[in-house]
Amino acid sequence: MSLLSVRGLRKSYGALKVTDDLDLEVTEGELHAIIGPNGAGKSTLIAQLSGQAGSDAGSVRFAGAEMMGRPMPARVRAGMSRSFQITSILPGFTVLQNVATAVQAHSGSSFRFFAPVARDADLNAQALEALSRVGLADRAQTRAGSLSHGEKRALELAIALATRPRLLLLDEPLAGTSGAEAERLVQVMAGLKGQVTLVLIEHDMDAVFALADRVSVLVYGRIIATGTPDQVRADPAVRAAYLGDA
Amino acid sequence: MTRWLMRRRVAAWLIFGGFAALPLIAALTGDPYLVVVATRILAFAMAALALDLILGYGGMVSFGHAAYLGIGAYAVAILSRAGITDLGAHLGAAVIAGAAFALVTGAISLRTRGIYFIMITLAFAQMAYFFFVSLSAYGGDDGVTLTTRSTVLGQDWLADDRVLYYAALAMLLGLYLLCVAITGSRFGRVLTGARENPLRMQAVGFTPFRFQLTAFVISGAMTAIAGVILANQASFVSPSYMNWHRSGELVVMVVLGGIGNLLGAIAGATLALLLEEWLALFTEHWRLIFGTLLILVVLFSRDGLTGLFKGRGK
Amino acid sequence: MTSLFLLQLLNGVQLGVLLFLIAAGLTLVFGIMDFVNLAHGVIYMVGAYLVVMFAGMTGSYGLGLLLTLPATLVIGLVLEALIFRRLYDRPHLDQVLATFGLVMVVTELVKIIWGQSPLSILPPDALSGSVPLVGALRYPVFRLVVIGAGLAVAVGLWLVITRTRIGMQLRAGASNRAMVGALGVDIGRLFTVIFAFGAMLAGFAGAMVAPILSVDPGMGESVLILAFVVIVIGGIGSVKGAFAGALLVGIVDTLGRSFGPIILRAVMEPSAAAQTGRVLAPMLVYVLMAAILAARPQGLFGARP
Repeated sequence: MSLLSVRGLRKSYGALKVTDDLDLEVTEGELHAIIGPNGAGKSTLIAQLSGQAGSDAGSVRFAGAEMMGRPMPARVRAGMSRSFQITSILPGFTVLQNVATAVQAHSGSSFRFFAPVARDADLNAQALEALSRVGLADRAQTRAGSLSHGEKRALELAIALATRPRLLLLDEPLAGTSGAEAERLVQVMAGLKGQVTLVLIEHDMDAVFALADRVSVLVYGRIIATGTPDQVRADPAVRAAYLGDA
Repeated sequence: MTRWLMRRRVAAWLIFGGFAALPLIAALTGDPYLVVVATRILAFAMAALALDLILGYGGMVSFGHAAYLGIGAYAVAILSRAGITDLGAHLGAAVIAGAAFALVTGAISLRTRGIYFIMITLAFAQMAYFFFVSLSAYGGDDGVTLTTRSTVLGQDWLADDRVLYYAALAMLLGLYLLCVAITGSRFGRVLTGARENPLRMQAVGFTPFRFQLTAFVISGAMTAIAGVILANQASFVSPSYMNWHRSGELVVMVVLGGIGNLLGAIAGATLALLLEEWLALFTEHWRLIFGTLLILVVLFSRDGLTGLFKGRGK
Repeated sequence: MTSLFLLQLLNGVQLGVLLFLIAAGLTLVFGIMDFVNLAHGVIYMVGAYLVVMFAGMTGSYGLGLLLTLPATLVIGLVLEALIFRRLYDRPHLDQVLATFGLVMVVTELVKIIWGQSPLSILPPDALSGSVPLVGALRYPVFRLVVIGAGLAVAVGLWLVITRTRIGMQLRAGASNRAMVGALGVDIGRLFTVIFAFGAMLAGFAGAMVAPILSVDPGMGESVLILAFVVIVIGGIGSVKGAFAGALLVGIVDTLGRSFGPIILRAVMEPSAAAQTGRVLAPMLVYVLMAAILAARPQGLFGARP
């Protein structure tokens, strides 16, 4: 059954149609990769789905509820979380505080003014658990700004996980990582499969074809094909438009 | 982090201990004027503390905080004229009026960022300034002299300068502890996070605006309390309390002591007012020196004043 | 009643034109350099003092004005080279503090040089009379000259911005700062030009109103904050917005002060109306600003929120 159902989604910047009557179905529990050449509108699509950017028309239904017109924080609270292509963390906070802040957003009111948050055992325990899932538990007390690039990517993933999402939108999680770092992140994502529904945008084709249950191909703001990795690889339209074959 | 907290606790004991001992020193040296000056310092320390809550922790550069000093001071003047002299009533009215003004102006200012926010907070403070300038029932530009200080349980205990001083010190301590609690709470963490990276906070499910506005309102109410003390200390209230220069001086105080660590605001207020008093001994044009120092420090410290006294607030 | 309205409308336009001269340079500084300058108002004040001084030395307001313009231009250049240039990359807070310090310094210097008490200067004889407008209504020639000069500057600025190369760079910079660098413009030079030119416009404004207002050390401050309101209303970085905002603020403020009490008399008794009107009128432009912000946070002509 569909967890995320996108119908007729549009967005233009002036005469440029970045998202052009786009339909997309993401099934509960799958890892759904979206690939496409540069400028196909992948990051814009994530921004539209997450509510960071507005849409001109269309419908985004998540778990049966219409998300159009709802701002990003409301969509996150409904269970749609995301990571950013350009790392977005709280650099002055410790690694643990970064994740505990995300946990806090989903457990109890944050309009509490007196009890010290640093000693909130429940928040810290949940944050540590999310950090363990991405292999960062031993860096919990480090200032986030001083992490290596690969560690920051992992932290960003842990932050997204800590919001307890049903759907995780990952915008090029491997961007800028080294071979070893990328390998570790791929393992983390493989571990998440089945526990949370994932939409993955990624340029690393090895990672995409190793991880994805289904792949959608985005070209000029439209999905031109959707299917298993093998089906997509064999699709002549995809080969023509994207993989560069004649 | 914990070592930093320990150090801050020691520094807090030193600062508040010093303030507590001050009237004794004044009595020994036979200089009662010292207590009067120190009461003024305490009032500004409260205002600077309140400003640090939003500037240091929330990243909101309010250039209109003097308005709240004036609102607190006029709460005293207006209620006293009506025959209500009770300190509790004065404080209550100041807090409510300050919070209300902060709620309305903050809700509009916080729709914007950066330069806009600075200009709009300044403009709203100027609006409050002109309101009281044209309020001829309360002396307009000339202000109004208070015949008595606020009373407690119907008694005029605060008429004694030292009692007023200790009452102010108790309030400053209370507000300081309140700010320590707020900045270390769940709320404080969201406020600081929204300063660090608002997009990140939205992406985990927070709406920064609500937290920023709440902090802005708390800060406005706290500054109004400082205005109540200031009015009592001077026994005089006028629109000059809200002059935009005073807003600027409050920002200078916070930055001078180091933004985002609360105690720094108290130290900065003390330092700035003592410097003013000291420079004024030499020349009536002390602002020339004060301003020059300000420019030089900003220009020649490596990362600017903000970098020189970098806050450690979390 | 209509003649009073016409009179106050002209006064409002005159205030608006004055605010435009101050806000035009400031909005470009804010928009293109993302720089907070609190010291713009003191340049306006210095312009007024300089024209009084130069007119006294030369015996002619016209010559005084001619000397004031290059003098404020030089002041702008010097301040840019000594102070502002070092602050472009700094946080807003540093810019606020340094320019606030500059306000203190310049205000005290003015007090030391020219004293605390207000100075005044007469308009030149040829422009000191008044002309008939409608019926018995007359209006001072010099105020009309101020309005004319301000409008001429506005037209000149519009030509520079729409027709010249530097104007193209300014428009690009105001809507997209990164663009200016990408166009291969020498940003440092562009900033210097904007700053010095903005200072000269502010000085010109001060010099033009010196014969109308009293020249005193506080004159820059209320005008600075009104200029902020103008910029917020018009949208940061937009000279067109500064013009619209300035006229709006000038007219609303002037008409509000004179007609507010009269209008209120329709709903309350005269003494209460006069009292309430006096209190509410000065707040009118700020309420206007709040209303516009609530609807359009980026201002009337602003590009960015």
